Amino acid sequence: MKKLSTLTAVTLIGLAGLLAGTYGSGPSKAGAKPIAYKLPNETATFKPGPNVELVKNNCTACHSVDYVQTQPRGPKFKEDFWRAEVTKMIKVYGAPIEEADVGKIVDYLTQNY
Amino acid sequence: MIDRRTFMKHSGAAIAAVSAGIASPSVRALAATTALPFDNGDRPLVKYPQKRPMIGLTSRPPQLETPFSVFNTNVITPNDAFFVRYHLADVPLNIDPATFSLEIKGKVDRPAKLSLSDLKKMPAIEIVAVNQCSGNSRGFFNPRVAGGQLGNGAMGNARWRGVPLKAVLEKAGVQSGARQVTFNGMDGPVSDKTPDFIKALDIDHARDGEVLLTYSMNGTDLPVLNGFPLRLVVPGHYGTYWVKHLNEITVIDNVFDGFWMKTAYRIPDNDCNCVEPGSAPKATVPIKRFKVRSFITSVADGAKLKAGAQTLKGIAFDGGKGIKEVAVSTDGGKTWAQARLGKDLGKYSFREWQLPVKLAAGPHELKVRATSNGGETQGTDPLWNGAGYLRNVVETVRVTAA
Repeated sequence: MKKLSTLTAVTLIGLAGLLAGTYGSGPSKAGAKPIAYKLPNETATFKPGPNVELVKNNCTACHSVDYVQTQPRGPKFKEDFWRAEVTKMIKVYGAPIEEADVGKIVDYLTQNY
Repeated sequence: MIDRRTFMKHSGAAIAAVSAGIASPSVRALAATTALPFDNGDRPLVKYPQKRPMIGLTSRPPQLETPFSVFNTNVITPNDAFFVRYHLADVPLNIDPATFSLEIKGKVDRPAKLSLSDLKKMPAIEIVAVNQCSGNSRGFFNPRVAGGQLGNGAMGNARWRGVPLKAVLEKAGVQSGARQVTFNGMDGPVSDKTPDFIKALDIDHARDGEVLLTYSMNGTDLPVLNGFPLRLVVPGHYGTYWVKHLNEITVIDNVFDGFWMKTAYRIPDNDCNCVEPGSAPKATVPIKRFKVRSFITSVADGAKLKAGAQTLKGIAFDGGKGIKEVAVSTDGGKTWAQARLGKDLGKYSFREWQLPVKLAAGPHELKVRATSNGGETQGTDPLWNGAGYLRNVVETVRVTAA
C-alpha cells in the first residue's frame, strides 16, 4: 500500500489550483446568496492490467476508483467477493454492464485488488 | 441511463488534473496521507470547499472523515471538520436558497411548497445532537466486510437550528390513515436505474417534536456538503435518516418499500442486532438508534507518554437517553475508575468526560466504557453483522509511558 499512497500524494500535488472550489457562504438568514460549488478532481486511478479500459468504462460512470481501492484485501476478498460486488452493481444499482463483460471485470478486480 | 454529462465532466477533469503538472506551494501542504489503523487503511488528506483537510474515503460521490484529533479539541464539531457522506454521485453543485422550496405532499389536506424564508418565519428550536454514520468504524470489523472502510471519524456533534417537522406536518394537515413520511433530497443517482436516496420515518416518530428541518448548524448556514440549505435532523438516530438538501416530504398510508429502507440499512432482528461472524441473519429490521459508545480522545493508539500523573479525556454518547456514567481502565480492563462527566449539552450530544490517572513506566492498555441512563452499556467483545453497522465495542488505546 505504501506505493499506492505515494502515488496518491503525487497526484494530489498535481492538482494545483484546481482544488480550490468557489462558493459563497452567506449568513443564516433568508435571502442568502446562491451557491455555486466545485468538487475537487478525482485522484485515484485503476492499476494497469488486462481489461482496465473496460473496467474504467463500466465502473467510473457512477463512482470514483477509490470505491474499489479501499475495499478490504486478502484471500477472502478475491473472486467471490468481487463477483458479488459486480452483481450488486448490476442488480441493485442498475449498472448497464454487458453479461459478456462481467467475467472480465471480475478477473481484473481479483488480480489487481 | 447514465447521465453522460456528469460522467464526462468528471473524467475530463481527471485528465486535466494529470496534465496540470507540478503545483503551487499552497497545495503542497495537502499532499499528505494518513493511515487508519487497519489493513489497506492509507487515505489521502483532501481539501474540499468549506472544509479543512479531511480524511478522504471516496471522491465521487464524496465521503470525508473527520480527523480524530478534532474530537479532543471540540465537544461541538466545527462545520469545516464535520464528516461528509453521500450515496449517489449527482450532488447538487448550484443551489439558490432564494428559489429553493420544500414540497409537502401525499396524504395531507393542504399540500404546500415552503420557501426557505417561509420556514425561517416559523418558530425555531435548537438541539445539540450527534450525527453518526451507520457504518462508522466499519474498517475495524473482524472479519472485514464490504462497504466504506471508515475509521472512527464518521461522526460529529453540532447545534442544529430549525423547525420541528411536527409543525410543518400540522400545517399541511396529516390525513387519517397516514403511516409513514418519506424524505427526498436534491442529490440523486447518475443513472435512472439506480434507486434514488429516499428514507422513511413512522408517522409518530415524524411527529415527536424532536425531528427537525434544520437550516442552521453551529450558528451558520449548513455547509453545502452537509446538506445546504435544509437538512432533516433525526436526533439519536443513525445518519442515514438525516436527509441532506431536503426538498420533498411525502406522507404515505403504507410502509415505504424503496431500496434504501427495504433492502439497505437493515440490521439483524434480534436482541444484539448481531450474528455469528460470516453468517447471515434470519430476519432484518431498519437500523434506528445509536448504540452507546465512548472514546478516549486525549491520547492516540500507540502514543508514548510521560510516566506519572496525567488526565485522560474523551467523549461518550448514546441514542437519546443520555450518558449516566463513564468508566475507564488503565490496566486492560482488570480495574475500572469512574470518570467525571463534563457539561451536559443535552441527551443527544457528545458528553465529555475526564479522569486523572497515574501511569507507571511501561505499556498500558487504556479502555473506556459508557453506560446510558437507559442502562445500556458497551461490550468487551465486538458484535458482528455483515453490513458493518452499529460498532460499539469498548475501545482500547495502547500506550507506553516512560
